[in-house]
Amino acid sequence: MRKFLLGAALLLASTLHALAGDPDPGKWDEVLNEARGETVYFNAWGGAENINAYLEWAGGELQKRYGIKLVHVKLDDTANAVAKVVAEKAAGRNDAGTVDLIWINGENFASMKRQSLLMTPGWAEKLPSWKFVDAVDKPTIRTDFTIPVEGLESPWGMAKLVFFHDSAKIDAAGLPKSAKELLDWAKKNPGRFSYPQPPDFIGSSFLKQALSELVADRAVLQKPVDEASFEEVTAPLFAYLDQLNPLLWRGGKAFPQNYPAMKQLLADGEVDIIFAFNPSEASSAIANGELPGSVRSFTFPDGTLANTHFVAIPYNAAAKAGALVTADFLISPEAQARKQDPKVWGDPTVLAMSKLAPEDKARFEALDLGIATLKPDELGPAIDEPHPSWMERLETEWKRRYGVGN
Amino acid sequence: MTQQGLFLDTVSIALAGRVLLSVTHRIAPGEVLTVMGPSGSGKSTLLAYIGGFLDPAFQASGKVFAGSIELTALPAQERHAGILFQDPLLFPHMSVAGNLVFAIAPDVTGRAQRMALAEATLAGVGLEGMGDRDPDTLSGGQKARVALARVLLSSPRALLLDEPFSKLDQDLRQQMRELVFAKARGAGLPVILVTHDEADAAAAQGPVIRIGE
Amino acid sequence: MLIRLGPPLTIALLAGPILLGLGGTLLPAFGYLPALGGEAVTFDPLRQLLAEPGIWMSSMVSLASGLVTTLVALAAVMLFVAGWSGTSMFARVQHLISPLLSVPHAAAAFGLAFLIAPSGMIARLVSPELTGWQRPPDILIVNDPMGFSMMAGLIVKEIPFLLLIALAAMPQADAARTRALTASLGYGRIAGFLFGVWPPVYQQIRLAVFAVIAFATSVVDVAAILGPTAPAPLAVRLTQWMQDPELSMRFLASSGALLQLVITAAALIIWIGLERVGALLRKFACEAGWRFGRDTWLRQTALAAMVFAAATVFAGLATLCFWSFAGLWPFPDVLPDTLSAKTWVKTAPRIGSPLATTFVVALLSTLLALLLSVLCLVREDETGRIGGRWVLGFIYLPLIVPQVAFLFGLQLLFVLTGTVASLPALVFVHLIFVLPYVFLSLSDPWRAYDRRYEAIAAGLGKRRWATLFRIRLPMLTRALLTAAAVGFAVSVGQYLPTVLIGAGRLDTITTEAVALASGGNRRVIGVYAFLQMLLPAIGFLVATLLPALIFRHRRALRA
Repeated sequence: MRKFLLGAALLLASTLHALAGDPDPGKWDEVLNEARGETVYFNAWGGAENINAYLEWAGGELQKRYGIKLVHVKLDDTANAVAKVVAEKAAGRNDAGTVDLIWINGENFASMKRQSLLMTPGWAEKLPSWKFVDAVDKPTIRTDFTIPVEGLESPWGMAKLVFFHDSAKIDAAGLPKSAKELLDWAKKNPGRFSYPQPPDFIGSSFLKQALSELVADRAVLQKPVDEASFEEVTAPLFAYLDQLNPLLWRGGKAFPQNYPAMKQLLADGEVDIIFAFNPSEASSAIANGELPGSVRSFTFPDGTLANTHFVAIPYNAAAKAGALVTADFLISPEAQARKQDPKVWGDPTVLAMSKLAPEDKARFEALDLGIATLKPDELGPAIDEPHPSWMERLETEWKRRYGVGN
Repeated sequence: MTQQGLFLDTVSIALAGRVLLSVTHRIAPGEVLTVMGPSGSGKSTLLAYIGGFLDPAFQASGKVFAGSIELTALPAQERHAGILFQDPLLFPHMSVAGNLVFAIAPDVTGRAQRMALAEATLAGVGLEGMGDRDPDTLSGGQKARVALARVLLSSPRALLLDEPFSKLDQDLRQQMRELVFAKARGAGLPVILVTHDEADAAAAQGPVIRIGE
Repeated sequence: MLIRLGPPLTIALLAGPILLGLGGTLLPAFGYLPALGGEAVTFDPLRQLLAEPGIWMSSMVSLASGLVTTLVALAAVMLFVAGWSGTSMFARVQHLISPLLSVPHAAAAFGLAFLIAPSGMIARLVSPELTGWQRPPDILIVNDPMGFSMMAGLIVKEIPFLLLIALAAMPQADAARTRALTASLGYGRIAGFLFGVWPPVYQQIRLAVFAVIAFATSVVDVAAILGPTAPAPLAVRLTQWMQDPELSMRFLASSGALLQLVITAAALIIWIGLERVGALLRKFACEAGWRFGRDTWLRQTALAAMVFAAATVFAGLATLCFWSFAGLWPFPDVLPDTLSAKTWVKTAPRIGSPLATTFVVALLSTLLALLLSVLCLVREDETGRIGGRWVLGFIYLPLIVPQVAFLFGLQLLFVLTGTVASLPALVFVHLIFVLPYVFLSLSDPWRAYDRRYEAIAAGLGKRRWATLFRIRLPMLTRALLTAAAVGFAVSVGQYLPTVLIGAGRLDTITTEAVALASGGNRRVIGVYAFLQMLLPAIGFLVATLLPALIFRHRRALRA
């Protein structure tokens, strides 16, 4: 009888634990145990086949090593996943939510953090592989678009705005070196440049790049938007866009919907200059037969935007342990090295080479970054991302001015 | 096979308040009652009422008895009123034999026995050995005879004929009339024949009711 | 008992979700949604909606798209049927066009985009020889602000639908003898048809025409692929709002759905006005005795329009297929530098799950729709009442109420009950849209069935169920399979219901394809669109070959 009571009490305790307690990344063995057999719904942008293929590989490894089934829920906009969590919270579904892991940064992270939609307390810096992460020389790992990360999301990759052109079609000598020169170039080459239509992430980033270059005092961008001064601060940007847009592809009456669409325009010879947030993107595209081998990269000498992208776990995720193990696997040296291979994806690592074991370091050194990829010292200075409120506000204003036809 | 007559007890059929026909008649086994009338007079509705598939648009009253059994109190499938239409209406998805076996009551058990019965009946209408044929490949006269064989196999209490000879050509028509009436007499079936062809009525050699005139 | 339940169950299934969904959409439009903190009824969401930049442009594009699409597609079908019905050319074109009915809208839209884009197949065929273009010209064709390419995409897809609907209505109209009569009175072929045959035919297909209008004013997938982007058509925008992370946007989306309802209603009202004008014109021409004897040019034009529409879709689909096997394919090359199965191989592992979902959902919803349709039709035979006009109205309800207007509310209901993204929920929403098509497709052959076969079976002592299963259903095998193939194709093509109720966890080939559309990777789009087109095609192939196989020794059922 006593034995039975004890058993019942233990069972009750473990049930209560499962109901009440989130997995604690400090007790990693328990996390691994709990994660086994879970299905992790990873909500991540699904518009690029190389990234989808990489996640396919990661899913296979997670199944093999940890018994976790990874399902890639392909989004065309990360905001959709946020919306799902929002709707679930509204409907009172505070556990067993449908989103376990989100690929996220910037505006969406800020929004989820503000609305308390993320798993707390901060867990990212307690992951076993955190010890390899380069949080010192890569400050955007702890500050996402000016918002303190506080361990609420785990870094996945580094991004820096880089431009591409087809060296077989246009001369490298005349390439623009700043937003202002880009406008001059567009005047000479009307219809040969465009940017994805905001609120596409890459398109909005172009607006922020131009604003950062043109604004009188870049420091104001690190603070939230002040409505009173918004018009004054952004006046140079919109004066710039008023001139640039009519010179764009299709006269600025239509825009590519996102980066891959813009890449196809370069491949078709419809535009001559495109840009991406991934320095080795051009090499990847060449390796995949999507861009001709004559495409090369360049950046602006005075700097381009740089940031980090992350993965986050919603507060009501059904498979939190599985999500933690997935996040940890994604920053393992092996997964990161594979991700940086242009033949696979080409996304720069968040790890510090100095912290790696020699054999892991060798994985990175063995990578052929590709003919179209700039070396780290050629990438130019990094410009900090503005506060996320700027992104939202710029998108609204852009839509009001240019998004409604002429 | 029950050798009983058919009794139509004050059967009346109306459409939208207009009475189409009103009949009281007793038909002995082997006897043929002919109902004549121009097209549109509603003569076919009598057969539909007896068979149990009258369109709900019509209003009908009166009883029909086969011997002591009141047919009108039974659902259509329990009345065993065998019917032949203008068209042979052989089931196109079955073979000739399949059509016949389908008609045999389930109390005849065993596949072989049912097939043998079907073949024998087929031979009885002069079509021996055609059981495997696709009904659509038969001639018009052959189809009509299969339809007759099929209805006879179902052990009906009465035979209802809805202008069954009108689509056959002259020679065939006479042959079929003789065959049908001979078989009906042989089986002792009361028959109701609906037609607008005087020659049919003459061949039937029974009482004639005229409606819609 | 089961049979008695058929019609009420079907009507509840069609009308229930629509009414509930409309409620769930309309209440938030007036600010009422307690779960999201909206407790009072206000006009704020509507005010906010009207202040949205470009909202009028979006609405007008939607309205125009509905009217222009329907007008052009119906005119082409009407003139073609008028000018050619009964000829061998008519039969040939009908065979050419019928398979297009099964092509999902999204696949056809992709095909068109690949064809007409400045870097598309047409430009490649004539460049640089005729045009001198070494690079694609900087012309705005796909995503043009007025929505012309979107309308073109809708027109080529609605033509097969309207043609088949019109053909189904033709037998009752006795076209052949009317043509002989009007010709003897000296009327031209087209005029004779329009004066003598068309009015009753149009009465019969009117609800289908309304469905086309409603669809074209509120379509999301085709509009997202071909439609304008600055601003996008109304339905596309409000679908985006629905998915916005900001809570308050749900209110805006709901008021947008209300506006969508108004736009669709306005399009229908304008159309009814156009019907009146058309009838007046016909009456005037009739009374004036105009014969229009020389209509050869108009007949040729109508024929050309039909062939052109069909050829466009086929060429687009062929181009899609090509891209899925293409290596590097620079402009203006007509053929890719290299052909490889690389894209297929790379995509294959990711196709399995959406393919399975597509198949299972389509199969289940089709089977249920078939079952319900048969129950309704059996009940119809029993009562002897063919459903009147209002019953037909119910059947068409899901096709005439814009999807966006009630799916939002329905999604909210599914979320609140915790059933969102479950397979039964997805099958259920698909059923709402599959059922009308299955019923409409089955009801004509069902009613045309010679019921004397049943009288004979009853006379042979067979029970109702035996008669149904051993006589009627086998004889209607072909019609049942065709209806199933239609239902299957409809389910495969569903985009918005799958996106909203599947909630990203139940993906089908269609949602995957449209999600990839924005990515612009033509090779991968080619793979998905090709599969999207293949599944329904297989369904129709089965519907054609299976009866031929089963009835290979039964001549009457083979044709």
